Amino acid sequence: MDDHGHADHGHDEHHEEGFIRKYIFSVDHKVIGIQYGLTALCFLMFGFCLMILMRWQLASPGAPIPLIGGWLGDANAPGGIMLPEFYNQLGAMHGTIMVFLAVVPMIVGAFGNYVVPLQIGAPDMAFPKLNMMSYWVYFVGGIVMLASFFMPGGAANSGWTSYAPLSIIATSGQTAWLIGMIFLITSSLLGSMNIIVTIFQLRAPGMTWMRLPYFIWAQLVTSFLLVLAFPPLEAAGVMQLMDRVAGTSFFMPSGLYVSGEILEYAGGGSVLLWQHLFWFLAHPEVYVLILPAFGIVAEVIANNTRKPLWGYKALVYSGIFLGFMSFVVWAHHMFMTGMGTVISAFFQTTTMIISIPSVVILTALLISLWGGSIRFNTPMLFALAFLPMFGIGGLTGLPLGLAPTDIHLHDTYYVIGHFHYVVAPGTIFGIFAGIYYWFPKITGRRMSEALGKAHFFSSLIFINGIFFPMFLTGLAGVSRRLYDGGAQYSHAAPVMHWNSFMSYAAFGLLAAQLFFIVNFVWSIFRGKEAGDNPWDATTLDMCATTSPPMGHGNFKVIPTVHRGPYDYSAPGAEDSFLPQTAPKQEG
Amino acid sequence: MEIPYTVEPRPDTGLYNAKLGIWLFLASEVMLFGALFSSYVLLRTGNPNWVQHPMNVPMATLNTMILISSSVTVILAWAGLRMKNFAQFRKYGILTLLLSFGFMVVKGIEYNAEFELGLFPWTDNYMAVYFTMTGLHGLHVIGGIVVLGYLLGPGAKMWKTKPEQFTNRVETFGLYWHFVDLVWIFLFPSLYLL
Amino acid sequence: MLSFLQNWLPINASEHGPYLDELTALVHWLMLVLFVGWALYFLYVLFRFRASANPRASYEGAKSHVSQYIEVGIAVFEVVLLVFFAIPAWASWVEPPADPDSALQVRVIAEQFAWNSHYAGPDGVFGATSIDLMSATNTIGLDRTDPYGVDDVVSINQLHLPVDRDITVLLTSKDVIHSFALQQMRVKQDVVPGLMIPVHFKATMVTPPEAQFPACNATKTCWEITCAQLCGLGHYRMKGFYTVHSQQDFDAWMAEQVAAVMPQPPAEAEAPAEQ
Ligand code: HEA
Ligand code: HEA
Ligand code: CUA
Ligand SMILES: [Cu+2]
Repeated sequence: MDDHGHADHGHDEHHEEGFIRKYIFSVDHKVIGIQYGLTALCFLMFGFCLMILMRWQLASPGAPIPLIGGWLGDANAPGGIMLPEFYNQLGAMHGTIMVFLAVVPMIVGAFGNYVVPLQIGAPDMAFPKLNMMSYWVYFVGGIVMLASFFMPGGAANSGWTSYAPLSIIATSGQTAWLIGMIFLITSSLLGSMNIIVTIFQLRAPGMTWMRLPYFIWAQLVTSFLLVLAFPPLEAAGVMQLMDRVAGTSFFMPSGLYVSGEILEYAGGGSVLLWQHLFWFLAHPEVYVLILPAFGIVAEVIANNTRKPLWGYKALVYSGIFLGFMSFVVWAHHMFMTGMGTVISAFFQTTTMIISIPSVVILTALLISLWGGSIRFNTPMLFALAFLPMFGIGGLTGLPLGLAPTDIHLHDTYYVIGHFHYVVAPGTIFGIFAGIYYWFPKITGRRMSEALGKAHFFSSLIFINGIFFPMFLTGLAGVSRRLYDGGAQYSHAAPVMHWNSFMSYAAFGLLAAQLFFIVNFVWSIFRGKEAGDNPWDATTLDMCATTSPPMGHGNFKVIPTVHRGPYDYSAPGAEDSFLPQTAPKQEG
Repeated sequence: MEIPYTVEPRPDTGLYNAKLGIWLFLASEVMLFGALFSSYVLLRTGNPNWVQHPMNVPMATLNTMILISSSVTVILAWAGLRMKNFAQFRKYGILTLLLSFGFMVVKGIEYNAEFELGLFPWTDNYMAVYFTMTGLHGLHVIGGIVVLGYLLGPGAKMWKTKPEQFTNRVETFGLYWHFVDLVWIFLFPSLYLL
Repeated sequence: MLSFLQNWLPINASEHGPYLDELTALVHWLMLVLFVGWALYFLYVLFRFRASANPRASYEGAKSHVSQYIEVGIAVFEVVLLVFFAIPAWASWVEPPADPDSALQVRVIAEQFAWNSHYAGPDGVFGATSIDLMSATNTIGLDRTDPYGVDDVVSINQLHLPVDRDITVLLTSKDVIHSFALQQMRVKQDVVPGLMIPVHFKATMVTPPEAQFPACNATKTCWEITCAQLCGLGHYRMKGFYTVHSQQDFDAWMAEQVAAVMPQPPAEAEAPAEQ
């Protein structure tokens, strides 16, 4: 199975393309994937830094921020002491940046772009120019969001949910937020349409639906969610923009009285309409955050247990079912908006139903471990930790999904804890697993295992230190989005000491990322040569192309697929793995 | 390496890439306008003081005719290419373009008349819905004009080099154009008549 | 489990509250059993099937059907939770009190960043309010010239409630969305401008003296109205106080308030019922 030697590494020698065409306005899905990845990592870091400022404030409300406090400007932090206005901006932008500018671009834009064509044996994405556009539209959207910090009144400050009417009477940063969102939505639409068409049209010969690696299925369902769920938010964004700039009243009821004055609006609008439209996107969006992570984890687990995934079909069908169901649960974010019994019964039921496919997926992944020959390398450690961490996050979704128990927990830190367990030690760990796993393919060099393990164990400890206490403060009833972390409130007093504990853990987590950053940068230049199939994997991305893959077209010849994605340790086979390109033995 | 199925359909899906692409795009557009229509219904039924201003129905009927005709001409233009008759494509393409300009002019006159009556987006939510939805539809028409202008102008060079791909492009444009037409066919009764 | 969770939960002083807490405990049992079960399995598998102990993986993997039983079991448990607990509990939560006449109705009007409460007074009818009358002194725009309005009682960031009696709080907002939360009552309800949303509950315990405003400020044991929904830069300090009194104390408080707005209270003001 060595039809690709080291012989021809001269493929990127041809210089017809200038630097700009090749690395900046490139139409090669691999370059675009890397662009997405690096940009998204920067936003991930930036979003984290916003949170570090907030965690400082939460640990010691009103104490001047050390070192950088002076740079924040008098409008935000006079004398280095954070103002509530600024806290709200940081919160809204942390949520927005993490979800729309960091995780989705990373997990769909970067991994989707880089890996999907390679794994299905395609020479590129179906529409390379659209692909390039999608990156640049994302880039502009990101710039708009960042620039909004410098607008009068600062960035958007009404939460990532931008509930009307607060968002409509908010400062001009909200307008920038809406414009930025429209760019980001457009970019996601272009990108996800491209992924769907690529998967439908460009599968290599023999790559039937049931031979697709699970990662591809995850990307496919995710892309459908993006294509169908984002436009309603776009519509809502347009309406909110109209309310803000053209004075319409889509989300403005009659007779509002704000800071001593009657608001001049025609009125007659509906406040809850915004929430319905927002959550109609934002609930599917959370599965956009998690499904590709399932995909990455499935790849890494199959590879490092050296055996096929258990229940591949169940995984596929659960993924599809999850996609469908995610469109009918949105109002479980709105139980407290005055909901009657029938509607709440409907949404509670759908919410319980949607937890079942997640359980099936997790169960299948857990059972896949049985009988394996488990290698504990860095990607595998992250993938393994993903399982119980997502488990905590998912399970704590259940008391939120039952309306009566949500009464006490809604809008408390319990919710914050719930979803950070799914997105941070969940999705972010999935992303790390993916980075460590595909890094040798992308760069041709391995990352250091020692630094990788240091990164893993320190991150695991600190991240739990941040998020687990949130369940306790949430049970005590501490509200989210509090500038002083609840110092005002009596009911928060018994748990206030956790605030500084969580903050120290967050600072520790930041420090732990140094292992990663050093490893990442150092390995690009100095890492050990990886070889073409660094993990002895069976999927086309690993087994049928060089590391890094050749410039245009990915493959010398489009490979032909003969078997399912995870033929590890097949009985009778000599190697512990049979690439998808290995012909079936006649017999 | 060439990307497969840019021109000929893939046997098992029966589609060429751009056609699947445009169908997905239209699906997302259905969700976009679907959300706006649902919002309209909710706002209207949820507001006991809803006012419906009298709209210029004859003008809108005229515009409906114009758009429907342009849907026909766009098919004829594409049919021209299928029959390797570039002149027919040009003729009907230009006709489509003129019709879409006509639509925008009529729309402009209507807007103007409404402004003169003192009806603005901020007047009330009926006008807000009206301007937002027809405005967004108008943007789609403008987008169509730009693309069609390109296909008739600089983009037409492709006919010489890759006639099949060019025909496909016109076909996908046609699908988009029908959709824009269809949106209007929903907008017309729900905004002007009901 | 409940007593474990109660290490963190605020005390529970309403009629429906214990039921919600029990349901919370029940769900946490399910979560705990699942998590611990899977975690034990997980650790065992990681140890037993490590590469050094098991150099060659098994192609078939696990063959048992236990997982299906577990999945079906979870589904059944969730159905039970829904049908027998969650949906009925919600139905009774939104249900108005059986005897609305004997219930106390209070309007709570939220604004950036305060909680106004409005009692109908002895006549039991709320006076008219209007946005045009709103001002710094008349925060809810109460029309004192309205015959029903003369005896109305208005207070800011102070809510007084009687114990053991159905209470209906009618929630409205002057500006943005807020969320009205009484931790000890297990009450939370978004306050949505443009809508009037009722919430019903019954307090079962009088606020202990040390938890009453203002004495409680020193000990940090106040019973407070929390704002749970982001409503602007003052969200974090949008705090009110509430006190549950015995019916007698409540009546006395009410009489005092009425006396303050109406120098000569009508004779019925002495009567206990305020409807
Ligand atoms: C990736 C993101 C993600 C995912 C996957 C989920 C998954 C779920 N979420 Fe979550 N949710 C969010 C992101 C996510 N959520 C966000 C961002 C918010 C807040 C938004 C905001 O207000 O700002 C939120 C808020 C939120 C609410 C609103 C709470 C409130 O505001 O009051 C609710 C209510 O129903 C809910 C429910 C659920 C449920 C039932 C699931 C289920 O799908 C979970 C099912 C999973 C399981 C049941 C786990 C099963 C696993 C095991 C059993 C294995 C254990 C393994 C080992 C021990 C090895 N979520
Ligand atoms: C995907 C979504 C996502 C992610 C990943 C995170 C990650 C984190 N979040 Fe956040 N969060 C939200 C989405 C997310 N959050 C949302 C939606 C809200 C609600 C906002 C609102 O109220 O409107 C919120 C709110 C929120 C709050 C509540 C604030 C409040 O209510 O007042 C807190 C408090 O501690 C918090 C903390 C954290 C922390 C400590 C992390 C950490 O886990 C971060 C960890 C990050 C890393 C580990 C990345 C490290 C980066 C690198 C390694 C890059 C290296 C770079 C190069 C090599 C170039 N978040
Ligand atoms: Cu009012 Cu928060
Ligand atoms: Cu949700």
